[in-house]
Amino acid sequence: MKNLLGSVALALTIIVTLGTPSAADKLKVGFIYVGPIGDHGWSYQHDQGRLAVEKELGDKVETVFVEKVAYGPDAERAITRLARQNAGLIFTTSFGFMKPTLKVAEKFPKVKFEHATGYKRSKNVASYNARFYEGRYINGQIAAKMSKSGIAGYIASFPIPEVVMGINSFILGAQTINPDFKLKVVWVNSWFDPGKEADAAKVLIGQGADILTQHTDSTAAMQIANEKGVYAFGQASDMIKFGPKAQLTAIINNWAPYYIERTKAVLNGNWKSVASWKGLTAGTVKMAAYTNMPEDVAKMAADTEAKITNGTLHPFAGPIYKQDGTLAVPAGKNIDDGPLLGMNWYVKGVDGQLPK
Amino acid sequence: MILLLERRTAPSATLTFLSPILAIGITAIIGGIIFSALGLDPFKVLYLYFVEPLTSLWSIEEVIVKAAPLILIGVGLSVCFSANVWNIGAEGQLTVGALFGSAIPVYFTGWQSPSVLILMLMLGAVGGAVFAAIPALLKTRFNANEILTSLMLVYVAQLLLDWMVRGPWRDPQGYNFPQSVPFEGWQLLPTLGDGRVHVGALLAVVAAIILFFMMNQSLRGFEIRVIGSAPRAGAFAGFEEKRVIWFCFLLSGALAGLAGLCEVAGPSGQLQPTISPGYGFTAIIVAFLGRLNPVGVIFAGILLAISYLGGEAVQVEFNISNKSAQVFQGILLFLILACDTLIHYRIKIGASVVKLR
Amino acid sequence: MYAAEAVILTIITASTPLLLAAIGELVTERAGVLNLGVEGMMIMGAVCGFIAAFLSGSAMFGVLAGLSAGVAMSMIFAFLTQTLMTSQMATGLALTLFGLGLSGLIGESFTGQPGVKLAALAMPSLSTIPFLGPVLFGHDILVYLSLGLTAAVAYVLFRTRLGLIIIAVGGNHHSAHALGYNVIRVRYACIAFGGACSGLAGTYLSLAYTSQWIENMSAGRGWIALALVVFATWMPKRVLIGAYLFGTVWIMGLYVQGLGVPIPSQLLSSLPYLVTIAALIIISGNRMITKVNTPACIGQPFSPER
Repeated sequence: MKNLLGSVALALTIIVTLGTPSAADKLKVGFIYVGPIGDHGWSYQHDQGRLAVEKELGDKVETVFVEKVAYGPDAERAITRLARQNAGLIFTTSFGFMKPTLKVAEKFPKVKFEHATGYKRSKNVASYNARFYEGRYINGQIAAKMSKSGIAGYIASFPIPEVVMGINSFILGAQTINPDFKLKVVWVNSWFDPGKEADAAKVLIGQGADILTQHTDSTAAMQIANEKGVYAFGQASDMIKFGPKAQLTAIINNWAPYYIERTKAVLNGNWKSVASWKGLTAGTVKMAAYTNMPEDVAKMAADTEAKITNGTLHPFAGPIYKQDGTLAVPAGKNIDDGPLLGMNWYVKGVDGQLPK
Repeated sequence: MILLLERRTAPSATLTFLSPILAIGITAIIGGIIFSALGLDPFKVLYLYFVEPLTSLWSIEEVIVKAAPLILIGVGLSVCFSANVWNIGAEGQLTVGALFGSAIPVYFTGWQSPSVLILMLMLGAVGGAVFAAIPALLKTRFNANEILTSLMLVYVAQLLLDWMVRGPWRDPQGYNFPQSVPFEGWQLLPTLGDGRVHVGALLAVVAAIILFFMMNQSLRGFEIRVIGSAPRAGAFAGFEEKRVIWFCFLLSGALAGLAGLCEVAGPSGQLQPTISPGYGFTAIIVAFLGRLNPVGVIFAGILLAISYLGGEAVQVEFNISNKSAQVFQGILLFLILACDTLIHYRIKIGASVVKLR
Repeated sequence: MYAAEAVILTIITASTPLLLAAIGELVTERAGVLNLGVEGMMIMGAVCGFIAAFLSGSAMFGVLAGLSAGVAMSMIFAFLTQTLMTSQMATGLALTLFGLGLSGLIGESFTGQPGVKLAALAMPSLSTIPFLGPVLFGHDILVYLSLGLTAAVAYVLFRTRLGLIIIAVGGNHHSAHALGYNVIRVRYACIAFGGACSGLAGTYLSLAYTSQWIENMSAGRGWIALALVVFATWMPKRVLIGAYLFGTVWIMGLYVQGLGVPIPSQLLSSLPYLVTIAALIIISGNRMITKVNTPACIGQPFSPER
């Protein structure tokens, strides 16, 4: 009987405590991830950005995150949940969250939203992305130098513009060193599937690729590359832990500067909806240390990185020909952002057809 | 010392009533123990799981939104399983139903009128039924195990959806992203107020009530139950097993397809590569938890929806995997099944039985 | 390395977990028990094997842990279905659900960590033979175990008294009981064997196929294994063929893409499932084969006084 009363009292206390609104001193910043932060790839890097915000602004903000949020109604609910918990700023970190973010933003006009890799904005929804293709160009150059077979394997997720521009940038970079460089692409139709990515890696190696690169989120391919003695590029994070002998470099998504900047904007009250697409220049894209390669290749890579960073080199500088021979970008010009965002064609030199 | 089961002369009435409550109670206790072992406050976790989802209107709405497809599919499956027809492919039927129904907004984008909605709903049901006809055919004609055929077809259906949404049905204005054109106006399900509760919830309850009466009051329902528990007796009575198989598959397929269409035309508003977080599979659990009784399925669906919401709340609060919801669901199902045994059998702890050899 | 060699190696890796799980389930089903919880046992094997190997540094310890996890899970199933006589279908599904949930829960903090890799058996001189070397001799112990188990199960089932008892229990449990065999005990043992094999299959996924743990990494392989048992009409050697057939179609799909052939990747990905359905139709359609080999009592609970 005493225990029963005790439990009831405990339950009531809990109800009362949880029902009380929390102190509104700190700005609550929420993060919605599509994958696990343990993917050591895409979602992991967003979480690193979150941790950086906490470190920098810990006295003024508190952060909360939800991982492994599925697309669809569940996403809308997860975002709504954070908004209802009085989050002032919410980052939704995957393309598929675009619609749910816009919907929830309408219902919570005072909350600010930042959506990654999308193309729609509204009064309180900003969008942001990073120019990963800049890193791909450097990767391509390194690949052409380091490959003995002249064939690279590309483990791709879905044929969306984001991924296609990465493929094109890679081959363009490679072609500056070796005009006949070949690229084999396998579509695993998933952002994150270590088993499939491992299989794709093995198959590509078997078909002669001695350099692997990926636009998927796990470290499986890097592990396979390390085992089989070929080279690979890390994706989204530094994957050297998984491929100490294999990793040449990695494209690191460095969201910290952008996240801190936007959080500060909300704190200062001058947040506005923008479409941000920064790259090496702003530090949103970083390259991991150039390892497992001779001095001269590392120097070339660093040079290219410097040139892209200071704007003298654009990966998509004309003349660029499409696979079907038409001229996409004339000589002397750089590609505009528009055609990049809608890119649905391969550059001349890529084997195979783009899935329609 | 071994456990002996002694058959009761008649099923225990008290236990029939008590068993779901008993099962839920023991599940909560076991869950509490597991969470304590993980270093969390069990009361807080259980509160977040089972009580908090009901404390706000928004939350209750979300429970209904989540429960609607579970109930709609679950009642169809409860009829199936009563007949011993194991339709494990509801997830695939849901997908194909959504595809069929979405054909209208995709091909007749500007068409707006109430008949659009009716037509979409009907096509959703037809799509699901057509896809369910495949395992039905394979079973009746080739005696192929329907668990496996319906399951394999789930993967096929999902890949088909993926291809459609990335290829032929991709929104031309969508920057090449894999999604269909967004549905507009009458192509979207009407909602209650400006919340998210949509007409699918109503359809679910109506379906449950209709099927309840069908199973208990009609000859068809009797036929299904007899074929399920005593097929040979059914054959003597003139009930054809094949007809029952077809009926069950088409019915559950249609309901699953309808649920799929409701998901796409409701909360989602367009076709995407993934349209369901496994409702077709969760509905199997819902059917069993509801004891294969359509009205029971309503309660089971709501309970499961609450546990999903609880899992999400716990994930945000304590950063533990939202898979914890499935642990609860699994344990709950174990206990319901075990309690069901108690209804028909008494447990005796006996001395070792003398062996004959 | 030769392309053909690489393809064959990949096929072996893809087929081994299927074979391990299927051969275990075959024994369980031969004893008359349908355990739909293979996916749940497999994923628990994967997570426990990974955690044990990760914490201890020893892959073999991980293998043992994964095996034990599979057995433990199967015992829940056994208790419910054999002692409490619950519905095998529903209990198996509950086991899958429980396994997927529990594995996600306990594996949370180990997600994505670089794990211990199950090393290939060291056979120095043999594995350097070009082509045949790596294909025949360069594998880890679980690959050889999968093949060995298949042979052992075939031998035991059809050439030993134990095997005859198992088949008798699955074929007509009342007669077996009348003859004095302890039906329940035989079934418990076979369920445990099935659990051990599923656990090993899961361990293979997290220690050899990749050396990582991710939620849901079994990705439906447990269900494929169940299909393979039916496909093989409960004959061990046919399970071997089925597992490798599925693995081959799976890998060839990726291979074809790499060649640049313009077939939609989704169609290629769906081929393994379509092939399985086609095979099921062909096998099941031939009623003679199924009648001869189906364990007649499969799925029915056994009660002595009934």
